[in-house]
Amino acid sequence: MSIKLNALFSDSYVDVSQYRDQHFKGNRYEQEKLLKQANTLYVGNLSFYTTEEQVYELFSKSGDVKRIIIGLDKVKKTACGFCFVEYYTRTDAENAMRFVNGTRLDDRIIRTDWDAGFKEGRQYGRGKSGGQVNLHRRNACLLPQRQQRLYISWLSLVVYIGIDSFH
Amino acid sequence: MSRRRHSDGDDGGQSHKRRRTSEPVEIEDRLESLICRVGEKSTSSLESNLEGLAGVLEADLPNYKNKILRILCAVARLLPEKLTVYTTLVGLLNARNYNFGGEFVEAMIRQLKETLKANLYTEALYLVRFLCDLVNCHVIAAPSMVAMFENFVSVTQEEDVPQVRSDWFVYAVLSSLPWVGKELDEKKDVEMDRLLNQIDSYLKRRLKTHVPMLQVWTAEKPHPQEEYLDCLYAQIQKLKKDRWQERHILRPYIAFDSVLCEALQHNLPPFTPPAHMPDCQYPMPRVIFRMFDYTDAPEGPVMPGSHSVERFVIEDNLHNIIKSHWKERKTCAAQLLSYPGKNKIPLNYHIVEVIFGELFQLPCPPHIDVMYTTLLIELCKLQPGSLPQVLAQATEMMYVRLDSMNTICIDRLLNWFSHHLSNFQFRWSWDDWVDCLALDADKPKPKFVKEVLEKCMRLSYHQRIVDIVPPTFSGLIPADPIFFYKYQDEANSALPGYAVAIAVGNAIKNRASNEEILTVLKDVPNPNQEDDDDEGEGFNPLKIEVFLQTLLHLAAKSFSHSFSALAKFHEILKALTDCDEGKLHILRVVYEVWKNHPQMVSVLVDKLIRTQIVDCAAVANWLFSPNMAHDYPNTILHSTIRKMNKHVQKIQKELEEAKDKLERQQHKKVDEEDMEKNSEDEDGQLEEQIERLQEKVESAQSEQKNLFLVIFQRFIMMLTEHLVRCETGSVDFSTPWYKNCIERLQQIFLMHHVTIQQYMGTLENLLFTAELDHHILAVYQQFCALQL
Repeated sequence: MSIKLNALFSDSYVDVSQYRDQHFKGNRYEQEKLLKQANTLYVGNLSFYTTEEQVYELFSKSGDVKRIIIGLDKVKKTACGFCFVEYYTRTDAENAMRFVNGTRLDDRIIRTDWDAGFKEGRQYGRGKSGGQVNLHRRNACLLPQRQQRLYISWLSLVVYIGIDSFH
Repeated sequence: MSRRRHSDGDDGGQSHKRRRTSEPVEIEDRLESLICRVGEKSTSSLESNLEGLAGVLEADLPNYKNKILRILCAVARLLPEKLTVYTTLVGLLNARNYNFGGEFVEAMIRQLKETLKANLYTEALYLVRFLCDLVNCHVIAAPSMVAMFENFVSVTQEEDVPQVRSDWFVYAVLSSLPWVGKELDEKKDVEMDRLLNQIDSYLKRRLKTHVPMLQVWTAEKPHPQEEYLDCLYAQIQKLKKDRWQERHILRPYIAFDSVLCEALQHNLPPFTPPAHMPDCQYPMPRVIFRMFDYTDAPEGPVMPGSHSVERFVIEDNLHNIIKSHWKERKTCAAQLLSYPGKNKIPLNYHIVEVIFGELFQLPCPPHIDVMYTTLLIELCKLQPGSLPQVLAQATEMMYVRLDSMNTICIDRLLNWFSHHLSNFQFRWSWDDWVDCLALDADKPKPKFVKEVLEKCMRLSYHQRIVDIVPPTFSGLIPADPIFFYKYQDEANSALPGYAVAIAVGNAIKNRASNEEILTVLKDVPNPNQEDDDDEGEGFNPLKIEVFLQTLLHLAAKSFSHSFSALAKFHEILKALTDCDEGKLHILRVVYEVWKNHPQMVSVLVDKLIRTQIVDCAAVANWLFSPNMAHDYPNTILHSTIRKMNKHVQKIQKELEEAKDKLERQQHKKVDEEDMEKNSEDEDGQLEEQIERLQEKVESAQSEQKNLFLVIFQRFIMMLTEHLVRCETGSVDFSTPWYKNCIERLQQIFLMHHVTIQQYMGTLENLLFTAELDHHILAVYQQFCALQL
């Protein structure tokens, strides 16, 4: 009864991709291990106007979201097209990889990938001008009704401390 | 470096297997692959593939018999949608090697016993069906199959067993008959007639209290939502009337008849159903979901009738395909769309019906809700010329029938619809639904549209929603989710506490310490204060209001800002809400300021619970307080219950782990005779920890029980009040509000039935007593009937 028929029941949407964070502090093996256990997802190809609230709404469909960290332009401190989504459980993150990855948010097809875990500093784009490294032409036209949020305020100093004890 | 995922291909699973160099293992993998893949798209015919595979396996029997047996048993159990392909294969092997056939049958019987013992009733069902089809392949003698059926049906004569037990055995017999009914009737018609009569009388005396709780629609028209056994029996009766002629199932063994009828058959050993044990968990009863009939597919093949056995087989196979492939949406969609025999049926309609049937299944869908949304999107991608139209037709049909749809299902429908629209630029023919504008806002149709728009807004932004609906719909557009700050401007300077609010705001902006802020807050007068209460330490609602309104106003920019605010001032909030009234008031303030942003209210309440500023019971009491009760946010209630459940589970797990650790340690002591003193200390520490955890578990369970009691009590109060008021006023009690409320009560039972089971005794003694209005008591009784 223990045969699982691996040949058939693949779960490829949950596989780790080829990408490896070059700034990761640790060796390849450690990084692999963290990725395989991660509850955190990197989300790319977001619109610059996509808000935390929208990300919450979409990613809550696969489970309770622990926190969202919007990726920021290092200079302007405005959203620059990526974010991290952390779940309480791995299962919920896996379901996001299976059912949210490759669907639309704010009319753009977003991509999710496993992440070894958020560390302070990783919320900033690593491109020369402050945004993301590999960004092609973005929708540069400003939609008048939509404003970009500024993420600098005295509050953001304390932004990502979680003291959840009741779980 | 780009973050693109590597392309998913067949190698997805393979690349993670460690390369093993020993030959036999590679051969075993190859065998598994060959067997699993037979029947898939191929340049050769299915028959020649089966013939070829049978030859290969026969040659490998001397060395790999056990592996082959195990693989075949596994496909029998896990791939019901390919049943007849594998029974044919076994038939061919049996014709070539009689002993192997016998060993396979024995292995299957062993497996059947194991699955029944392990509560794997669905897999057991597939095994039974497989054995039945082996009769068609001349592997098993018909009379011995009939004997097994007779043993199954005799379970209906057992006394003092749950109805769901005998239900399963009857279902196992009935659901196999589409495959083997003809053969069994030819060989043993007298016995089969007797069996069916026994089943008939069982079904007549069987209780069906559970049915209303599981129906998606309460109305009988246009399609009655039938109880699953009743529906299947009607289908079998029709099949019998048609002299067991069944034309839909693919039967590859027919092509091999000349070979197979030469084979020697085996007799099934006598099979006694395992006795009922207290920990047996039989499947819950179901209601068959129907939304389409032959009038709905405008052109092309006709949809088989609701009582045709074809309908049963098609739906069963489609459910099984989803079950096998739900994790991989592209594969799942492709497999659904390549259903064999698809040219003779309106496949898109069947697929859409089966998917919605699962999505709306009560108590819960078999798989996570979002899977169905993504699956439907994949299907639309693969059939862009036809599937979107069927989906639109289905949506329109469900909109028309909203009045009689269960509230829980309406929730799922609007969640699906809004998410689906967000993937297609929110394009919809809203004008088709202009009829809802003429109805009262609390009626199901306008309520549905309003909630869809609200959900759409959450996935986009307010102006977008304004832009996508016709101007006539402006009344249903959700409010702009802005913050309501009481102390906003000079005009409010007369409000008590206004000056302090300004002072607190400045203090926070200037990064004052908690002590400094508390000092500022001391100036807030207490409207509740007794004259002789000098300390002012009692609950001060104004203080909470002034502080929290100001804080949340400063942090209104985003979820992250608000969470930081709650974290930074956790101490102050804890101090202000030390008592129950404080906890209630903080929730009220959060709701006041963010009334127009239910999503924000939801996440803030979640944070307040997780950081233990409020407890679950406080949230429940707040949700049911007079000004909230009539339209409380249901998702907050359920997520609160879920958090409570997870909390209990977490502590229980810690306790189990500590107990296991102690046991392991004590075993080690027995094995090694070392350092007695140290291990005694360790033991002592562990035992203390276990005791503390035990207390924690008991306290958490008590909190959990209390939460359910509070919730049920509140529902009962609200509903009873309404019923009494309507009776004295001689008004019909069945208002949209009432339907919504009673179905919300049902939802508590259905969504959390596993947890509630533990507290049934208390519920029955304290709350759901005979004195209760029978409308409310009926909900409880239907729930109990699910476990009969």
